[in-house]
Amino acid sequence: MAEGAGEEKKKFSIWDLPDVPVGQLPPHLELQRSRVSCNKDAPIHTESIQYSGAYASMGIDNSSRLDRFSNNFRVEVVRLNEDDMEFDMIGIDAAIANSFRRILIAELPTMAIEKVLIANNTSIIQDEVLAHRLGLVPIRVDPRLFDYLSENDQPNEKNTVVFKLHVQCKRGSPRITVKSDALKWLPNGSELVKETRNATSDSSSKPETYTYFGCSQETIPEFVKNPIIPKYPDIIIAKLGPGQEIELEAHAVKGIGKTHAKWSPVATAWYRMLPEVVLLEDIEDDLAEELKSKCPVNVFDIEDLGKGRRRATVARPRACTLCRECIRGDDWEKRVALRRVKDHFIFTIESTGALPPEVLFTEAVKILEDKCERVISELS
Amino acid sequence: MEHGSFTDNSAATFSLTDEDHTIANAVRFTLNQDPRVTFCGYSIPHPSEARVNIRVQTTGDPAREVLKDACQNLMLMCRHVRSTFDKAIEDFKASNAVKAMKIDSLDSSGDDSEESE
Repeated sequence: MAEGAGEEKKKFSIWDLPDVPVGQLPPHLELQRSRVSCNKDAPIHTESIQYSGAYASMGIDNSSRLDRFSNNFRVEVVRLNEDDMEFDMIGIDAAIANSFRRILIAELPTMAIEKVLIANNTSIIQDEVLAHRLGLVPIRVDPRLFDYLSENDQPNEKNTVVFKLHVQCKRGSPRITVKSDALKWLPNGSELVKETRNATSDSSSKPETYTYFGCSQETIPEFVKNPIIPKYPDIIIAKLGPGQEIELEAHAVKGIGKTHAKWSPVATAWYRMLPEVVLLEDIEDDLAEELKSKCPVNVFDIEDLGKGRRRATVARPRACTLCRECIRGDDWEKRVALRRVKDHFIFTIESTGALPPEVLFTEAVKILEDKCERVISELS
Repeated sequence: MEHGSFTDNSAATFSLTDEDHTIANAVRFTLNQDPRVTFCGYSIPHPSEARVNIRVQTTGDPAREVLKDACQNLMLMCRHVRSTFDKAIEDFKASNAVKAMKIDSLDSSGDDSEESE
């Protein structure tokens, strides 16, 4: 026995060492590369290691190849309603996810009221305040059917939508609230007549208005059955007392959120990385009860091991808000590890109603492609 | 427009107008993934002016080609994202439709209408 021990001490073969996986990172480096560790004081390893030669000394190729991306990328839809959706994107990087978010908020076009021609406003709401409020009303129309209106263009049926608002509160009647359903769509264009200097000529032809509609917008097939109306009919625009009147015409044009927030098609769009809650050691009995009661969103659950012993498990890591309540006391940091998965994004898109949210995301990706193409064509 | 040495075209700064972090960060990410690149980064000279400077330094290939390839890669990634997303939406809608039909058929007396796959 002593001889055997002596022999073993002398002969130490490297083949006895535990296997280091070739072609893969060792687990602590893999943790650093793919997870953000949310410690008690601050998160660490937040940057994404993009450099292609980052792990060159270990013989691992960090460069992304399109085939690897195509194989690993997945999308899972969690919730899809008419106005909002939540979906997961797995295998993408934060830079691209952020580009999508920025485009969704600022660079997707919508229609919103821009010019307001006020014929009569005797209410207490000032003209400019009224015009500002009208601009913020979301309009239920597909902006892809319209063109942009630039300064040199004339407003016609391809780039303008005209609404009319005429409300009056008669003397003796109670105060009325003007809501957004009072906005009536004028498919034939503006009805306000422009004053022209030469009143003598062409008195028989149609008077000139502020828009030059060639044909009625009602004839366009998309609008035959769906008139253009504001998305929400109960938005309060103004309040009128007895004897006050508002008569105006509002022209809506196409724009993007960068110019003014009224043209943003989303109420908001945001993403978060998937939280991961890991129990570093077995937590039993009283500690398990304590852990379960600490979490405000019930991430943990108790399971019975039999013989009256209980153990804590992580039941709903996705609901974790990373409030760090579970690692707050003494020693809890050694038992619970809070992390975020760096390439799993939970996207939520809330649309204001012009386009459904899945169409919004597809359009946003198209816009990023167009930007790339612009750069490529500028370079060539 | 490209600012760089006329003799050595493996390092250059590209100044893009009317752009901001949206495309610059995404292009910088794809540039970093390219093994021919030794250095890449972007900066915005002044926040009030919509201009982005992208700096690319490579191991010998012309910087212009490398940037073009990175943009092409980004475009292909976007196309793949779009097709995967569309397919996921279709699957979700189909599975919801099947669920709704199953609930309907459970309510009514076992009338099996056509199920979409």
